[in-house]
Amino acid sequence: MEHYISLITKAVFIENILLAYFLGMCSFLAISKKVDASIGLGLAVTFVLTITAPTNWFIYTFLIGDGALAWANLPEINLSFLKPIVFIAVIAAMVQLVEMVIDRFSPALYQNLGIFLPLIAVNCSILGGSLFLVEREYTLLESTVFGFGSGLGWFLAIIAMASIRYRLRYSNVPLKLRGIGITMLLTGLLSIAFMSFGGIQL
Amino acid sequence: MALSKKSKTAFTDPLMSNNPISLQVLGICSALAVTTKLDTAVVMSFAVIAVLSVSNTVISILRKMIPAKVRIIVQLSVIASMVILTDMVLKAFFYDISKQLSVFVALIITNCIIMGRAEAFAMQNGPGRSLLDGLGNGLGYGLILIGVAFFRELLGFGTIYNRQVIPESFYQAGYENMGLMVLSPGAFIILGLIVWAQRIIGKVEEE
Repeated sequence: MEHYISLITKAVFIENILLAYFLGMCSFLAISKKVDASIGLGLAVTFVLTITAPTNWFIYTFLIGDGALAWANLPEINLSFLKPIVFIAVIAAMVQLVEMVIDRFSPALYQNLGIFLPLIAVNCSILGGSLFLVEREYTLLESTVFGFGSGLGWFLAIIAMASIRYRLRYSNVPLKLRGIGITMLLTGLLSIAFMSFGGIQL
Repeated sequence: MALSKKSKTAFTDPLMSNNPISLQVLGICSALAVTTKLDTAVVMSFAVIAVLSVSNTVISILRKMIPAKVRIIVQLSVIASMVILTDMVLKAFFYDISKQLSVFVALIITNCIIMGRAEAFAMQNGPGRSLLDGLGNGLGYGLILIGVAFFRELLGFGTIYNRQVIPESFYQAGYENMGLMVLSPGAFIILGLIVWAQRIIGKVEEE
């Protein structure tokens, strides 16, 4: 149990997927202008990461990894070079599926999350999460926990940034620094703040 | 063959006045993680230039055959195939660097520059012009990447392209490498400052 708690803390704070690995920056910069939209996108990313991580783990372990086809008497086949294209296809399909399920069962949630879901297929943090879990050789449960933790970390970071940018309206930022410039500098400071969690052992 | 003016701007615009990273704000995701040292940044830039120009050309050739409804998935599969090829070439010829780049080569697939150019340019223009557009945007991306990596390596390690440039006497006089530059905040701050500088020089108005 402690192992999983430590994994989740690591994914949320110490190795935050946005602030330490720079994944999902494009939508982070574009969406963090508005607090409401940030909450919606943050929730959607967390949700999609939590379900795509174990799905891609299954696909990799039983279909395309080295020797993964052993159950079909084909142990010498290694399809791992297909990893990027298969993962992105799985992610796009999962996003589509999630969109349809939410639309069917919870129109209210669809109203809030719906417009963000298509954006997520090309959010690097989702693909990055799946690629990391292969590289770090996580088990199924570890992958799920890692996916959820990464999503939560991304959620925290975008909400923090949206709130800072909201307050920033009252500040006198140099004209040429407005927009992306100041956001990058702020992200740097936020990243320093998150680094102070480093070294915490649970 | 003389280039028409429009083809020329397709190539030169993204280098400075419409740079994909600092002005269009695309493709930052993969840009920052590989910029602690110049050698990884240079290899990454070449990988992106290759993928971007080839995928732009291929999508432009196919543009009349791609049904509008499934165009995103077609574009993604063209791009993903190019990325897999690039990844294999890197693994074969630059094994050490490809180990350092780790997942970031595969992440070129979700690099918004490539999807963005395919969608915004290659779907409307001929193959020749799309190739130039891809090269220009790739080079513009590479310029920023190498710029960020230059400062991070210089300030963080005191080296340029793995050669020591800060003389030993500086260290004896109390100079220290700036550890912050090697860590992630350094990348954000340097890029923020580069964007600022570019907006002042380029006289770009913020909306």
